[in-house]
Amino acid sequence: MTYFPEEVVEHIFDFVGSHRDRNTVSTVCKAWYQVERLSRRTVFVGNCYAIGPERVMARFPGIKSLSVKGKPHFADFNLVPYDWGGFALPWIVAAARLCPGLEELRLKRMVVTDDGLELLARSFPNFKSLVLISCEGFSTDGLATIATYCRGLRELDLQENEVEDHGCQWLSFFPDSCTSLVSLNFGCLKGEVNGGALERLVARCPNLRSLKLSPAVSVESLNKILARASHLVDLGTGSFAVDHRTDVYHMLMNSFPKFKSLRNLSGFWDASPCCLRAVYPVCTSLTVLNLSYAPAIQGDDLIKIICLCFKLQKLWVLDSIGDKGLAVVASTCKELQELRVFPCDIYGAGTTSVTEEGLLAVSSGCPKLNSLLYFCYQMTNAALITIAKNCPHFTRFRLCILDPGKPDPVTDQPLDEGFGAIVRSCKNLRRLSLSGRLTDQVFLYIGMYAERLEMLSIAFAGDSDKGMIYVLNGCKNLRKLEIRDCPFGDIALLKNVAKYETMRSLWMSSCDITLGGCKALAAKMPRLNVEIINENEETYEFEENLSDLHKLEKIYVYRTVAGPRNDAPDFVWTL
Amino acid sequence: MEDLDNLKATELTLGLPGTDAPEKPSPASTTGANKRANEECCLPVAKKQVVGWPPLRSYRMNSIRIRKMEAEDNTGIYVKVGMDGAPYLRKVDLGVYTGYKELTEALNDMFKCFSLGGAEGHEESGYAITYEDKDGDWMLVGDVPWEMFISSCKRMRIMKGSEARGLSSST
Repeated sequence: MTYFPEEVVEHIFDFVGSHRDRNTVSTVCKAWYQVERLSRRTVFVGNCYAIGPERVMARFPGIKSLSVKGKPHFADFNLVPYDWGGFALPWIVAAARLCPGLEELRLKRMVVTDDGLELLARSFPNFKSLVLISCEGFSTDGLATIATYCRGLRELDLQENEVEDHGCQWLSFFPDSCTSLVSLNFGCLKGEVNGGALERLVARCPNLRSLKLSPAVSVESLNKILARASHLVDLGTGSFAVDHRTDVYHMLMNSFPKFKSLRNLSGFWDASPCCLRAVYPVCTSLTVLNLSYAPAIQGDDLIKIICLCFKLQKLWVLDSIGDKGLAVVASTCKELQELRVFPCDIYGAGTTSVTEEGLLAVSSGCPKLNSLLYFCYQMTNAALITIAKNCPHFTRFRLCILDPGKPDPVTDQPLDEGFGAIVRSCKNLRRLSLSGRLTDQVFLYIGMYAERLEMLSIAFAGDSDKGMIYVLNGCKNLRKLEIRDCPFGDIALLKNVAKYETMRSLWMSSCDITLGGCKALAAKMPRLNVEIINENEETYEFEENLSDLHKLEKIYVYRTVAGPRNDAPDFVWTL
Repeated sequence: MEDLDNLKATELTLGLPGTDAPEKPSPASTTGANKRANEECCLPVAKKQVVGWPPLRSYRMNSIRIRKMEAEDNTGIYVKVGMDGAPYLRKVDLGVYTGYKELTEALNDMFKCFSLGGAEGHEESGYAITYEDKDGDWMLVGDVPWEMFISSCKRMRIMKGSEARGLSSST
């Protein structure tokens, strides 16, 4: 291959798409490394502290798309202190200096500031797409600078971010000359929205295909927008509650039939059942439906919609759908690939919630089901075993039994056999979240059978260090392991230390890890950052005096070539 | 066999999981956390206090909590009632009364051991029933329509002596 001129090699590499393959290709020889690095257009950094931004940009000067992830996943559930880190600014600064051709930036769980957004907006003349997921630290002022300076912006996608509201005028900062928007999602914004500016923006962007509004956008505004945007493929409504006796409601009823291209529907903030009728005309062509923000919709109304959605591939609902509603899903949605059922209430089993019956029905009726997130109050081994048999194609299986450590209610047994069946049957399982009463046995199964598993989330499970050791010794593709409230201690932590260099990260909280254990790990593995997160103010002042036996509340261990980070707050110690 | 463990497991503690170290022998980190798991499922109260459980994003948790609070609000309008000189306050559910007469009778009953006696604003007894409204002002009970009162009343106080006389004689 080295006989080929570089352009040919580069052309061949164009067909090598995935990050992993490109990474592999670059290790073959120096020549390939060079060709690969200069022709690389997309870089994904799974842990922003695994490598320094300058090093990435220097190696790949031609990148057009950069994705970076910051905080550990458990930050989503408030387990990571607010100012732990994950700052986007160093990445934006480095890219501004070294990769001015950047067109797309995707950040997840990072702290993004208005200054960072302004620098971003001003530094990249070809910038087209900004996607921020679960980020925080910025305000609508930052969005205003993006709107102002990013000429030719195609995509602004804000998913589940914490955005400080400094007024509604940011939308007006899109100049009249901005006609290039293809995708605009600001569903997570809490403040007022300038309806007029929004309507005008939508009207002048003929390529707009995806629009997701925040709850502050009224139905009246929605009507006006829908009148101008009949080519939408993906719509997230704003507020979807309006009195059925009004003109606004009648207009809404008449809006949807015009949408020939609509495939994805979401939003429905506080939707009322009568408003939901407006979408019946488009249900038969929907592939994605998210009703999980509409707690007022009861099971029967959900069923009325779902029985029209026979092309549905992805469904997110609340557990008010009930087992009965899931049976309707099973009989109607034969194309279903992804199902997420969220709880309406976490304080006790309501009369309408879901059990193993609902999931059983879906598993038997929906042969293409491969991704699941299911919150329920109970699950049985028998059901899981049947589900595993019905759906061997699961790639993501996340089951959350709301009562931690709850056994099979029929047999009073732990759910080891049920989850064991899942990992044995689903050979392509990449992500697994466990719950319910579980012993070390389930981890034995996971270690033995879950060969493709990349991410494992464990809570309130296991009996001893053996559990964690089974996982670390098996699961050869494991990348992320996150554990909370399990009886795993130093012995487990230190049994297979080389494993951590093959993984992106390990999170352990409320387990039995001691300071001594972490010190030993850090000493053996210099290329890992062993971070101790200590929120107990009494102890961190006396760092040096803490005994090695001191139990640690939270640790985060990750491989890195960048050494200990220099932006860690006081309560984070890197050993 | 598990029953002895469960006895300990049902013991409520405020400590973080894993901090009851002094009480368990060293190799019992296995049983210790198993007890922890038992605790979680034996005590429904405990699960509410577990941080980050269930694993739901903040937005969803907040909307669940808000709905629960709204539901609870609808099951009674409890306000505190204090009386000058009484060593403790009481709570009454304004929703169960149909008007001022019933309310005053109930308060009389509640506080008679502190010798309230008589109807509201009765000059000889020297007591007046007042309430704090939404604006934070202290008002005399009885001036506004009942419905308006129960929607604006945050708490009540039974005033005595000269203060009360001043209030009741100003009408």
